[in-house]
Amino acid sequence: MSWKRIWTMFKARNYEFFRDTAAFGWNFLFPFLIIAGFAIAFGGRDFSALKVGIFPSPGEQVDFRHSNLPEKFIKTEHLVFIGFPDLEAGLVKLKHHQIDFLVRQDSPTPQYWQLASSPKGYLAERLFESSFVPDNHGFGSKKTVAGAEIRYLDWLFPGVLGMNMMFSALWGVGYVIVRYRKNGALKRLKVTPLTAFEYLTAQALSRIFLLTFTLIVVFIGADLLFSFRMAGSHLDLLIVFVLGGLSLTSIGLLVASRGTSEDFTSGALNFISWPMMFLSEVWFSLEGAPQWVKSFAELLPLTHLLRAARKIMNDGATLAQVSSECLVLIGVTLVCLIAGAALFSWNE
Amino acid sequence: MSDLNTTAPGETHVKATPILEVVNLVKRYRAVEAVAGISFAIPPGICFGLLGPNGAGKTTAMEVIEGIIAPTSGEILFKGARKTASFRDEVGIQFQHTSLLEFLSVRDTLVIFRNLYREVESLEYLVELCNLQEIMEHRNNRISGGQAQRLMLALALLNKPTLLFLDEPSTGLDPQARRHLWEIVRSIKAQGKTVVLTTHSMDEAEYLCDEIAIMDHGKIIARGSPAELVRRHCNGTIISLPRERLTMPLSQLPLPAREVNGLLEITVERIDLGLETLLGLKIDLSEMIVHSPDLEDVFLNLTGRKLRE
Repeated sequence: MSWKRIWTMFKARNYEFFRDTAAFGWNFLFPFLIIAGFAIAFGGRDFSALKVGIFPSPGEQVDFRHSNLPEKFIKTEHLVFIGFPDLEAGLVKLKHHQIDFLVRQDSPTPQYWQLASSPKGYLAERLFESSFVPDNHGFGSKKTVAGAEIRYLDWLFPGVLGMNMMFSALWGVGYVIVRYRKNGALKRLKVTPLTAFEYLTAQALSRIFLLTFTLIVVFIGADLLFSFRMAGSHLDLLIVFVLGGLSLTSIGLLVASRGTSEDFTSGALNFISWPMMFLSEVWFSLEGAPQWVKSFAELLPLTHLLRAARKIMNDGATLAQVSSECLVLIGVTLVCLIAGAALFSWNE
Repeated sequence: MSDLNTTAPGETHVKATPILEVVNLVKRYRAVEAVAGISFAIPPGICFGLLGPNGAGKTTAMEVIEGIIAPTSGEILFKGARKTASFRDEVGIQFQHTSLLEFLSVRDTLVIFRNLYREVESLEYLVELCNLQEIMEHRNNRISGGQAQRLMLALALLNKPTLLFLDEPSTGLDPQARRHLWEIVRSIKAQGKTVVLTTHSMDEAEYLCDEIAIMDHGKIIARGSPAELVRRHCNGTIISLPRERLTMPLSQLPLPAREVNGLLEITVERIDLGLETLLGLKIDLSEMIVHSPDLEDVFLNLTGRKLRE
């Protein structure tokens, strides 16, 4: 094995990345856009609130001055009231799950509509019913949890970083290698003394370098804009992301080890990345999901990467406390790299 | 023709240890036999050409010899022994179809490939030899086909190869660039390097090659120097005429003739006697072309087809 040749190919890939200005820019812009989009969308509104349609109402802003609805219901927290001119307009939105519950406000007796299948509709109904009953303050004790809250954005941020890393690792390695195999660039390299192992090592190291570079820039930029919670060590977080990047890159190398069809590779990479995007808790927690879904998610390296990153960022965990996640990431890396190197083909 | 697929014992030009020896090489893709048991030996310092039409199996044979694809059977010896890892250090290869890392400049590409080898040629020498001065800072995805061919040749020469493979090196080049490439190949050969090239261009083969193997349907159907091949497979001089100038049936013409792509080709031992016969038959010779037989005629005589058909 020649480190000189590995270094040469490492530099070559990095030159390519930095000179492909479109791809280079997108790698930085994409995570910023996602975070900014969520910050704007979630900034002033609570999307977990129940949406209650009220009619008749001349506009979306509901005027309750002449309403027959109990004041207790109108003043219930975490309910969002949306006005509709008539029943028909409200039902259209209800049928499309755009609101959870629909109430007539000018009726002397309570009149409401809900979808039988909607859990939120069911909860809204229970709230609506309870608002007709006087408060009972004596049934238990209420304690408020103290300390800093973890915003959704704080929880989301590691997910966005991980997702960006996943796409960059899978497509930046897998797709590029297949393209170079197809156009003969790999064939040209094959007839030099460069070995497959040297080439793959250079690709993996280059991608890790680029991912780390991107990660640091995005982390600093996003932190300046949104002040994310960072309870643990930055170095520990970096190590976790490097291990995660290696595992995702090695999956990309394995997918790209053979074949010249960009369509197939794209399909295979989608097949791998989409379950990770939805089941590795990038956007939402799997709490309450069926056990088989949770078990399946444990097979995905992104699940372990994000769990470790969130433990460090949100809960201040040390590297030792996320060692099991790190071991899984190292295991995935080794298995995929060895299999990828064994299966690798330079040409069609 | 099967005897042509083996190296004839006692041939004078293979007395020295061949730099490359191919023994009964076969490459089969399911039912298709792309290379059907070819054998030849190449002495050092010559330019050896594999000549044949598209689809003859030249590129496949070349890529098997280069180690790009695995043979179905057969043996390839480099300097009298089986190929080892050092083979890649000692040979230079220019592919017919290949690509380079898109966003690198020509200079970057040369430097990067240079760093993959132990012993390397001077960059200045290669830049001048392949006329790359003006495109050194251009990106690979922004250079023309001819410029890319010159860059590929420079890459093939980077490691000071003793054996150089050129697969259809002049494909897609304009006549001037083609001529320039030929001069480069000749200068490389003048340095004592061995060149193996594939081509479907008989003028390229005639100009560059000391020895030629003509391939068709995966087999070598003739081998020798261009002059030997012509001498062996063609006699006399060829008179070409538009077919419609002959008013009588071809079989009644008292000279050996055949029709090729609308042209009548008449082979004569002596041009004066041939012309006299044709004039005696009152054939209009105003569009007549007289030429000596060449490799195209060799191929035509061997297969009944033209090289470019």
